[in-house]
Amino acid sequence: MAKETGIISWKQLNLGVAITTPGNAAELRTGDWRSQRPETDLETCTKCGMCYIFCPDMVYSKNDEGFYIQNYYHCKGCGICAKECPVDAITMVQEEN
Amino acid sequence: MGKRVGMEVSIAVAEAIGLCNVDVVAAYPITPQTHIVEHLSEMVADGHLDAEFIPVESEHSAMSCCIGSSAAGARTYTSTSAQGYALLSEMCYIASGLRLPIVMNVVNRALSAPISIWNDHSDMMMSRDSGWIQTIAENGQEAVDLTIHAFRVAEDPRVYMPFQVNMDGFILSHMIEPIYMPDKSEVDAYLPSLKPGLRLDPQKPVTFGPVGMPDVYTEAKVAQDAAFRNSKAVILEAWKEFGDKFGRYYKPVETYKAEDAETIIVTMGSLSETAMSAVDHLRDAGQKVGLARIRLWRPFPTEEFFDVVKGAKNLVVLDRAMNFAGNTGPVCTEIKSILFDRGHSANVFNFMAGLGGRDVTVQNFEEMVQKAATSKAPAAYEIINVRE
Repeated sequence: MAKETGIISWKQLNLGVAITTPGNAAELRTGDWRSQRPETDLETCTKCGMCYIFCPDMVYSKNDEGFYIQNYYHCKGCGICAKECPVDAITMVQEEN
Repeated sequence: MGKRVGMEVSIAVAEAIGLCNVDVVAAYPITPQTHIVEHLSEMVADGHLDAEFIPVESEHSAMSCCIGSSAAGARTYTSTSAQGYALLSEMCYIASGLRLPIVMNVVNRALSAPISIWNDHSDMMMSRDSGWIQTIAENGQEAVDLTIHAFRVAEDPRVYMPFQVNMDGFILSHMIEPIYMPDKSEVDAYLPSLKPGLRLDPQKPVTFGPVGMPDVYTEAKVAQDAAFRNSKAVILEAWKEFGDKFGRYYKPVETYKAEDAETIIVTMGSLSETAMSAVDHLRDAGQKVGLARIRLWRPFPTEEFFDVVKGAKNLVVLDRAMNFAGNTGPVCTEIKSILFDRGHSANVFNFMAGLGGRDVTVQNFEEMVQKAATSKAPAAYEIINVRE
């Protein structure tokens, strides 16, 4: 499959439209549906990891300092992390476009 | 060179599945398919067939098991009838979309309601657009031969498609007929072991059945359609080789005294033998009548069919299923479209007959031909043999 879009000639499709490259769903940009994005105030954040646990799309990953950081490539802006954050460190910010 | 046996057709078909070295059978019993599945189950239990027999809890599970089994690269078989087909039909579209070479005998039976265990083609017509290659047998020998042929075609790397072999319930399935059963070595020589195009393999993971977004679904169907249409050449090639090996040659459209016929009866399945008797009677009475029997139903053998019927003034087309279109039946619709595309005008008479086990006699065929000979304006369809 062509990356991200799936736009490909019918002649290049695998037999039965099977996917032969495991894990390639990660290549699909699903973060472009978002109307709001979560931003974390690192001053308030306690590194508890609740955002990481609750995120349905595995957007959060731990950085070297122990903070959980968003990957906006996949974030759909659902706001669950902001709702669940026990210290209200995450704010949903309106996207410009 | 095999041996000639007197055998119930269902048992013979089950024996043929055994000769094909099937790996997995997942099936749920339903009249009139039952004897095929019972016999396969016995063959496995008695150690005569080295296969997994999965006694599933429904037809939906049967086809689901078949999909998993075929995706894992095993030679896979199932069989069903009528409501059983209806229940597994959801999965049939997935099997064809995933290009899995499953073979299934549908022992044709009327769809309920009212409940009928008897023969017509309503299950076959329900399966019409499922993306399975389909043939239909006239007699027990054909049921055996077409089943062996089905594995060969389905598993051909140029095809990789599921294959449905239709056979009339009771009229074929429960009859004892003389049948040439091929030797195991002959079938082995005709049917190479399955080499799957893609298969479930932990060492080389693949995803079968991912979501197809609007930007790929059309292309997926184009690819499936191209492969489906291309399968016809392989079907014919495999029949030719079958004839060379076993001495019985098959064509997509079989004819009987059709060459100079003014009126051609068009049938499918076991009723064709009755129709041949009617042709003989009418020929004796000086009428130029012939028969065209459709053996390959999907993909439809358009060119071959047109070649057979193009010289006839009248076509008497039998449909053995109600399609409730308020118009022509499913077989006749196919035929009218072929004629129209070629600018060919014949008087096409569509009769619905033999529904839910109702007998269609030689006299019925003669009446149909007389109606065609005397009527100038064919109705869209007519249901014959009805008590008013």
